[in-house]
Amino acid sequence: MAEVQTYEHDVLVIGAGGAGLRAAIEASAAGVSVGLVCKSLLGKAHTVMAEGGVAAALANVDDRDSWKVHFADTMRGGQYVNNWRMAELHAKEAPERVRELEKWGAVFDRTKDGKILQRNFGGHRYPRLAHVGDRTGLEIIRTLQDHGIHQGIQVYMEVAIIRLLKDGDRVTGAFGYYREKGRFVLFKAKAIVLATGGIGKAYSITSNSWEYTGDGHTLAYDAGADLLDMEFVQFHPTGMIWPPSVRGILVTEGVRGEGGVLRNKEGKRFMFDDIPDNYKQQTADNEEEGWRYCQGDKNARRPPELLTRDHVARCINREVKAGRGSPHGGVYLDISWIKQRVPNGEEHIKRKLPSMYHQFKELGDIDITKEPMEVGPTTHYMMGGAKVDGDTQMTRVPGLFAAGECAAGLHGANRLGGNSLSDLLVFGQRAGQFAAKFAKENKAGAVNGDQVDAVARWALEPFERTSGTEGPYMVQKDLQEMMQANVGIVRKEDEMQKAVGEIAKLWERANKVRVDGNREYNPGWHTAMDLHSLLTVSEAVARAGIERKESRGAQFRDDYPEKDAKFGKLNIIIRKGPDGKMQVIQEPLKELPAELKQIIDEMQK
Amino acid sequence: MAQATFKIWRGDASGGGYKEYKTEITEGMVVLDAVHNIQATQANDMACRWNCKAGKCGSCSAEINGKPRLMCMTRMNTLPVEEPITVEPIHTFPVIKDLVTDVSWNYEVKKKIPKLKPRAPDAPDGTWRMSQEDVDRPQELRKCIECYLCQDVCHVLRDHNLKDKFAGPRFMIYAAQLEMNPIDSDSRTTFMKEQMGIGYCNITKCCTEVCPEHIKITDNGIIPMKERVVDDHYDPVLWLWRKLTGK
Repeated sequence: MAEVQTYEHDVLVIGAGGAGLRAAIEASAAGVSVGLVCKSLLGKAHTVMAEGGVAAALANVDDRDSWKVHFADTMRGGQYVNNWRMAELHAKEAPERVRELEKWGAVFDRTKDGKILQRNFGGHRYPRLAHVGDRTGLEIIRTLQDHGIHQGIQVYMEVAIIRLLKDGDRVTGAFGYYREKGRFVLFKAKAIVLATGGIGKAYSITSNSWEYTGDGHTLAYDAGADLLDMEFVQFHPTGMIWPPSVRGILVTEGVRGEGGVLRNKEGKRFMFDDIPDNYKQQTADNEEEGWRYCQGDKNARRPPELLTRDHVARCINREVKAGRGSPHGGVYLDISWIKQRVPNGEEHIKRKLPSMYHQFKELGDIDITKEPMEVGPTTHYMMGGAKVDGDTQMTRVPGLFAAGECAAGLHGANRLGGNSLSDLLVFGQRAGQFAAKFAKENKAGAVNGDQVDAVARWALEPFERTSGTEGPYMVQKDLQEMMQANVGIVRKEDEMQKAVGEIAKLWERANKVRVDGNREYNPGWHTAMDLHSLLTVSEAVARAGIERKESRGAQFRDDYPEKDAKFGKLNIIIRKGPDGKMQVIQEPLKELPAELKQIIDEMQK
Repeated sequence: MAQATFKIWRGDASGGGYKEYKTEITEGMVVLDAVHNIQATQANDMACRWNCKAGKCGSCSAEINGKPRLMCMTRMNTLPVEEPITVEPIHTFPVIKDLVTDVSWNYEVKKKIPKLKPRAPDAPDGTWRMSQEDVDRPQELRKCIECYLCQDVCHVLRDHNLKDKFAGPRFMIYAAQLEMNPIDSDSRTTFMKEQMGIGYCNITKCCTEVCPEHIKITDNGIIPMKERVVDDHYDPVLWLWRKLTGK
């Protein structure tokens, strides 16, 4: 094996957003040595973008809330293909995970009696999202970061991991490079936690940053772990759409929670037109009741703007396709109207939604206290990811754990807003705990020098190619546009089949791209390597989407527009076959225990 | 469609210079879009940091026409495009490559500041009660996205390079928000005076001017922190009291 800088830890955490930081904090608290790898600088991960809040049944605002209601809401939002054990643990443990943040320095907004304030959000029956204005994600990542730096965690900033290394079945290390100097680096570890976030960069319109290239999904897949629910990509209903340069940037659901309404170009609140049967009982059928709900009236039902994200996104899509959209191909989201209802409305909006005010003012020249915003769906979140054990977060590869967005199960077919910050806290903590336990119970495995050499050779190939002239950016762009067009918000068999074919061609192009310059901080080179993970996850999404011949949650199929009970009983698994080809497997859901089934039945009344 | 000329600093620790690029400008574009266009089409290996592209992560700090700004929040229509637009790395920290600088010093400084030390919880379930009025102040300072533009523009760090004596505005307000946290039971005044050099700040407010989050760094962070230091160290009545009681 060539000489490579090598570090050794009991637990290596890959990814330093909320899930990775929480895992690292927990593992180091258990007394093992922890390395934390981040692709960017510490504290810059995508968690900062989470706006609305963190869902936890604290029952500070409405004492009818409890873990049982949160559990039932999560299962219903996920259309019952969730991993019920994760949904149960998540609902039970989220309140404690939120409370402990306060001990570490988080400063949440307060109720009148001085407790943590909670707000309404789509799909949550009661006000449940603890928040700090509309910058909750920043508060959480900063709190974890500022606590974590005193825990003795070794942080490796601007390091990207390209492959996991194995000794037999077990994972034993990770190989990557320093973005700054381009030097390779090898981590030996007894246990590895993947916490790399999502895959949004596989699409052209996304709220996600450059980092979201599906690294963890692909590392897990290449190492032999199963991927679960890859067909379920969440399109957030409200992204900015104008000007072009900001297309896709998120507009928080909090706008609707505070009373913002969606209208088409005719001024009609179109969300009242299509309320799904299973939500009818809890949804307002007139504007007045919807407004009272946003004002905290416990007897009022939620406005239809706060239905689940998959549904709202499709309704917007429908309005635009029917020619009732706004000038730039979206619909209007209006919060300024509430000035008629609340005293000092302008100040109220600015105080409740400071970053939204700021974002539209500075990027769009729009004052949201005076005029409506133009919004449309944007690729936002990946429900699918590494399949893990609900209690320990370990994948089927011994020693390999996953948490947060790159793991799957909690959200099923559709994630509720606010459930991702709580997901990364609850399962980050669990992954850290069980990874530390695994590290204590197992000796270090061996690292195979041939594996390392092979990956290093692969990584440097783009510099050595002399024949091709194409750079990596064109391939990335073509992939994003192809995925947007063929595996987007409304899907069809033939389009997804076409996508699989296109991906094969893009693989060929990716294997020939050439990069200029040297290895020091070279984004072209980094993009060339990222293509491997982008193409892997794109193929997984398309193949899983083809396999699920029904519409459920985030997957909407034009050719199968209804739910199919048969598919409601199974998950789609993506696995790397012995021949290196992608396998698609239907796996029956585990049976729901009677006591959890009873909770769901009671809540449906 | 309009075209703009960019003069972007290219180079590394050993030196470098401005290189000219022309690119198309479309409606609503920000400087980061232009840099990305240039990167994708003309200079694949040009280094720049960015993440969220929405002014929330604080990664894309640079000096645009000489002013410290976030590239993602600087709209092209606010710049005079008839002249070349210069983009260079922030000056106060060492260059790694092109627009990327080594800001690791900031991470080292933060580690030294004593973390929150919560008092005993107010309620049996381990929680605290705080009023919104009391958390408004630390919340303003906690809006910080750690872009380090305030550090970049602070003359104590930029012109005098007193990084060994003064922690800079970012860490003045970091300490201030800890002090203002209603549940904190520690005092960092002696530490801020002796280790972090709070006395070096002479309130020129340059930091406040460049803050993309519009935090009133000086008025609402540094000055209250200075007042606490003064109360604890320079109050004559307290001084006499301590002298007499030995406390």
